[in-house]
Amino acid sequence: MLIRRAPSIKTSEITDEPLYWGRREFIRTAGSGAAAALLPFDRLPHDLLSRADEDKLTPWEDVTGYNNFYEFGTDKSDPAKHATGFRPRPWKVEVAGEVARPAEYDIDDLLSGFTPEERVYRHRCVEGWSMVVPWLGIPLAKVIDKLQPTGKAKYVEFITLLDPRQMPGQRQRVLDWPYAEGLRMDEARHPLTLLVTGVYGKTLPNQNGSPIRLVMPWKYGFKGGKSIVKFRFAERQPRTTWNLAAPDEYGFYANVNPEVDHPRWSQARERRVGEFFKRKTLMFNGYAEEVASMYAGMDLRRNY
Amino acid sequence: MTRVALITRVVKPALYLAAVVPFAYLALRLGTGSVEGDQVKFLQHVTGDTVLACLLLTLSVTPFRRLTGWNELIRVRRLIGLTAFWYALLHFLSYLVFDQSLSVSEIAADIAKHPWVLLGFSAFLMLLPLAITSTKGWVRRLGGKRWQRLHRLVYLATAAGVVHYFWLVKKDVTDPIYWAVALLVLLALRLVKRPAPGLRPLSLFARGGRSLT
Repeated sequence: MLIRRAPSIKTSEITDEPLYWGRREFIRTAGSGAAAALLPFDRLPHDLLSRADEDKLTPWEDVTGYNNFYEFGTDKSDPAKHATGFRPRPWKVEVAGEVARPAEYDIDDLLSGFTPEERVYRHRCVEGWSMVVPWLGIPLAKVIDKLQPTGKAKYVEFITLLDPRQMPGQRQRVLDWPYAEGLRMDEARHPLTLLVTGVYGKTLPNQNGSPIRLVMPWKYGFKGGKSIVKFRFAERQPRTTWNLAAPDEYGFYANVNPEVDHPRWSQARERRVGEFFKRKTLMFNGYAEEVASMYAGMDLRRNY
Repeated sequence: MTRVALITRVVKPALYLAAVVPFAYLALRLGTGSVEGDQVKFLQHVTGDTVLACLLLTLSVTPFRRLTGWNELIRVRRLIGLTAFWYALLHFLSYLVFDQSLSVSEIAADIAKHPWVLLGFSAFLMLLPLAITSTKGWVRRLGGKRWQRLHRLVYLATAAGVVHYFWLVKKDVTDPIYWAVALLVLLALRLVKRPAPGLRPLSLFARGGRSLT
């Protein structure tokens, strides 16, 4: 089956212009090409010739076959293998905390009246790889408006399903299940924040976090909770899973920042999936123009 | 077939063949573009695993000889050790070229800043003299005793390799733990006392003993 490609927003429109034209410096490194020529890989010539500042869509096979979704196992290929029997319907979503009417919604009721729109976003993993993904989703702000949080709501926490029978990765305590993530209200309401229901014009595959997941393209991928069953509006900053697992490595904000390294590896560059060489990582993943003002005055080294 | 003939005519060619299997696998998967996700990471994991497997295999030759009395197996150890080295070289080169684009300053900074990179780098530096001095000529030049002392570096290199793996994983340390346990078992076997010369090994393999060779 072929993939429908109708990005309503072109990648170039969401890319920071000055950075867009930054040139890879490695091509100038004479030896790398020679060394690379010794290796018999078919993707390599394309990679050497292509401009690293291009944002080409990452193929469907990579988007749906290379996933970090520890609920289905810690290997990148585990989610695609182990999520085949996952049931994204019927699906209930609990809305709790500082909200006009705490309630449990059927997902189709929760999302009724919204039309998913296509957004082509860069996706940067904290591990140093990245993709370009044509998501399909609803701006979270619209859903939040429908839920009517109270004036006290300063944060929103979102919780992933806990069901070790369906999610074999949860049988091991690799992380403190269920997976929890959260955003400040201004981040949650930001127009780029997308409640994703599909990708490549199709319903979201199980391994990508069906039936609903969050995508904040200026943050590292782990912030985007998958298979969400609960939203809790809160006055205080919620505790988040990776931050609890390794507080010095993963913070609450997790904004993509090439200047603040992970304690164990540099975040200055990233490998676009499908390419061999790395490219420079952009501040806020290239969305600085849209989001930087939310963090004005904050020490991003401390609030990583 | 004598045991020596078995080892030189069957075991050794089989090991040569086995040594290129990971490379063929890499060439096939990367050449056909069937690797999902980060291809360089794939290359590095396959080569890294191969290095650890070969190093542990070289460390298991001696315990295996003691257990079975198949002393002639020493003839294949160099081959396994060199296989480890070639894959370590590939692993290291892929880091230099693809991860760091051969930028000396970035490589230096990466090694200085990140302990797991330093450890991997050290392990490679340790394997380098071992590969160079693996020839008969070098054994003669150094003299058996000194050669052996130098080649004890392999313990350190293997341990560094395992810890290198431990420190790089994000969270799930299951695989590094397997390697560490295997290494500890092999090291523990070395603590078992060497059998006195002439003593018959306690094994089925050794039936017939010397007369066969």
